[in-house]
Amino acid sequence: MASLAEIPLGRVVTVRAVDGPRAFRRRLLEMGLVPGTAVKVVTVAPLGDPLRIHVRGGQWSIRRAEAAQIQVELK
Amino acid sequence: MTAPCHAPGVAPPTVAGRPQLVLAGNPNVGKTTLFNALTGSSAKVSNYPGITVEITRGELALPGGRLADLHDLPGTYSTNARSAEEQIALDALVGLDGAATPDAVIVCVDATQVARAAYLLLQIQELGARCVVALTMVDEAKAAAPDARALAAVLGCEVVAVTARTRVGLDDLRAAIDRVLRSERRATWHWQPGAELRPRLDAVRAAMPESWGSAMRYGAALPAADDALALWALTCIEPRTGGPDDDELAVPEAVRAAVIAEPAPRDDEAVLARWTWLDREIPPLVSRPPDRSRTERIDRVLLHRVAGFASFIGVMTVLFMSLFWWAAPVMDAIDQLFKWCGAQLEAVLGAGVFTDFLVQGVIGGVGAVMVFLPQILLLFLFLGFLEDCGYLARVAYLMDRIMRSMNLHGRAFVPMLSGFACAVPAIMATRTMERRRDRILTMMVVPLMTCSARLPVYTLVIGALIPGSRWIQGLLMVGMYLFSVVTALIAAWVMSKTVKPLKAKRLPFVIELPPYRFPRLGGVLRMMWGKSSMFLREAGTVILACSIALWALLYFPHHMPPGARDYDALVAEAPSDQAKAELTAEKQAIQLENSYGGRLGHAIEPAIRPLGFDWKIGIGIIGAFAAREVFVSTLGIVYAVGSDADAGSAPLRAALHDAKDDAGKRSYTPLVGLSLMIFFALACQCMSTLAVIRRETASLRWPLFLFTYMTVLAWIVSFCVYQGGRLLGF
Repeated sequence: MASLAEIPLGRVVTVRAVDGPRAFRRRLLEMGLVPGTAVKVVTVAPLGDPLRIHVRGGQWSIRRAEAAQIQVELK
Repeated sequence: MTAPCHAPGVAPPTVAGRPQLVLAGNPNVGKTTLFNALTGSSAKVSNYPGITVEITRGELALPGGRLADLHDLPGTYSTNARSAEEQIALDALVGLDGAATPDAVIVCVDATQVARAAYLLLQIQELGARCVVALTMVDEAKAAAPDARALAAVLGCEVVAVTARTRVGLDDLRAAIDRVLRSERRATWHWQPGAELRPRLDAVRAAMPESWGSAMRYGAALPAADDALALWALTCIEPRTGGPDDDELAVPEAVRAAVIAEPAPRDDEAVLARWTWLDREIPPLVSRPPDRSRTERIDRVLLHRVAGFASFIGVMTVLFMSLFWWAAPVMDAIDQLFKWCGAQLEAVLGAGVFTDFLVQGVIGGVGAVMVFLPQILLLFLFLGFLEDCGYLARVAYLMDRIMRSMNLHGRAFVPMLSGFACAVPAIMATRTMERRRDRILTMMVVPLMTCSARLPVYTLVIGALIPGSRWIQGLLMVGMYLFSVVTALIAAWVMSKTVKPLKAKRLPFVIELPPYRFPRLGGVLRMMWGKSSMFLREAGTVILACSIALWALLYFPHHMPPGARDYDALVAEAPSDQAKAELTAEKQAIQLENSYGGRLGHAIEPAIRPLGFDWKIGIGIIGAFAAREVFVSTLGIVYAVGSDADAGSAPLRAALHDAKDDAGKRSYTPLVGLSLMIFFALACQCMSTLAVIRRETASLRWPLFLFTYMTVLAWIVSFCVYQGGRLLGF
């Protein structure tokens, strides 16, 4: 287990759990980051934060601190 | 200071008897394009009173010529509200809080992102709305698009594939809406609450007021729809912790109490159940993922460490230059046009108070409003294109690291940059941020940026009072720009820590980076015109009224004080044109000093004396309220060098440089000049800024707050600079 903030770029990983405050968790879950979903961190912004991730055919920007709340499993 | 996070929403007026339709969907799914295609030119943008949420309404023709009202909701990923904006969407979907209960809901489902869009659809279906799915972006998804009929069978509602651009499918969609309006209303749940959730739903449902019940809203009891509302309450209401991350939702006390009485919430069940259903049902319909290789190729450049930053700076430079340079000739032309109109009118009407009122007050005031138009049009042309093609979301991505360190939204970058040209269009550009808190915080700091109206003031003061080579003067000008950026960023940080409604929320900053798309000129122009006409209608009228009031303040009583020389006779006898002009200027100066505004300038002298300013600058500061650059021409009148003095005027510079106080000492030392520039950098000397903030926030509190904090800040910093400088011996 690792957090989404720690995995190497380009690796496809699977969401295991989302931590953090209630509203925060719910927001991420509702966007489809439910356990079992495949995620890929594509790039890091030029200033080191946020991350650009691919989820369910969509592309999102997520801050490092928030990605650290998403527990993932390397495939 | 506090502001209500959610005033009771009053929906815009609707036409009685017409079916009420609502258009819902995720952001970036072509919802606005579809709305425009469905309603044609009938769309009207209006504001919910008390909150900064725009609601767009238009007419939609159903088969058989029947008209329906169509309301466009803000784009949203879920009906679960955490902010006033999101609650607006819920209120409109289910008919709460004064909103009309919609007869049907059109849900936009992006053919390239079916599951995510369908998540919102599931929630809306649970709430008991009659739904029609408009399957958008079919042309973009190509072979990846699901079959509409198969999707309809799975979702349990009509699905119509539409391509708004080519108007394909619009008539089918109208027919489907018509059929749905005739159908029975039911709440469709694709999952069942478990043994733990069930009793909690019942408990909350029992506490719901009658106005929340489906019997009241829909005219038929739908227990499942009531369950959905209870689920919404369970999910969205937090025990009141007083924490800063909670926008208070407008929820009846009984419901709130019932929710709080429930055991510690684990609200995953509903979300996970919906996704489980979606992950089972949707993938078989989508044969392959949509082709995103073009977007990925572009992003590899535009988000690249080096190339990405270079192109970002390039885009922002073009945007800034266009506001700063391209708009200038048009603004000058507008200025000249209104001056010319005024001169023509004066020639026809002859001199007199009424002529002065029309020419200086009314025509001058209309000119003061119109002069903003070129920049507003240009900025929204750019914003429209950048938003439409998907780059604006990337700006937030690229700038987030810097902006968030000051607790600003990444998207606040463009408004703040635009603030270097003019705060008025910049404040309007805060609309590109979804959340009220982000918008207002940005509005509160944009007026600190060195706008172009401050330039003439700085130019005059530097030229007249600051000794030294052009290099030093130039460096000082650069310094003023840096000073404004630093103060704006610090102010944002301080306010986000101290002003309660502006405190940073701990919601995830997860933003979608939509695929790149070609912008549609029609949509961009329509939005550009919408923003501009709204500015003219709502902010323009306030600016006009303030201009006239300010004109009157500096005009009346318009007679010479007792004991003054008879200038009219002197002018008549003057030997030369030059003597005439000098005498006329002297007369104007005396009239201005004797006006109510002039007396006010005298009256505030004790307050500005500690900053190094005398009453003459006091009058200039009052005049500058119309627009900062008016400071220059007002001083021109005060120093009797003529009202047409500009920042480069040698006589005005000489007059300021040589001005003596009663003791015969120089009135304005370089230190006074610095203090004056600091004052102009920080003070909110701009009624148009205040008018546009009033319009954008739909409240008087925020403009008052802005004016107070900036004026106090300006006074304190100028005081420190002037008094500190004197202590150091300058």
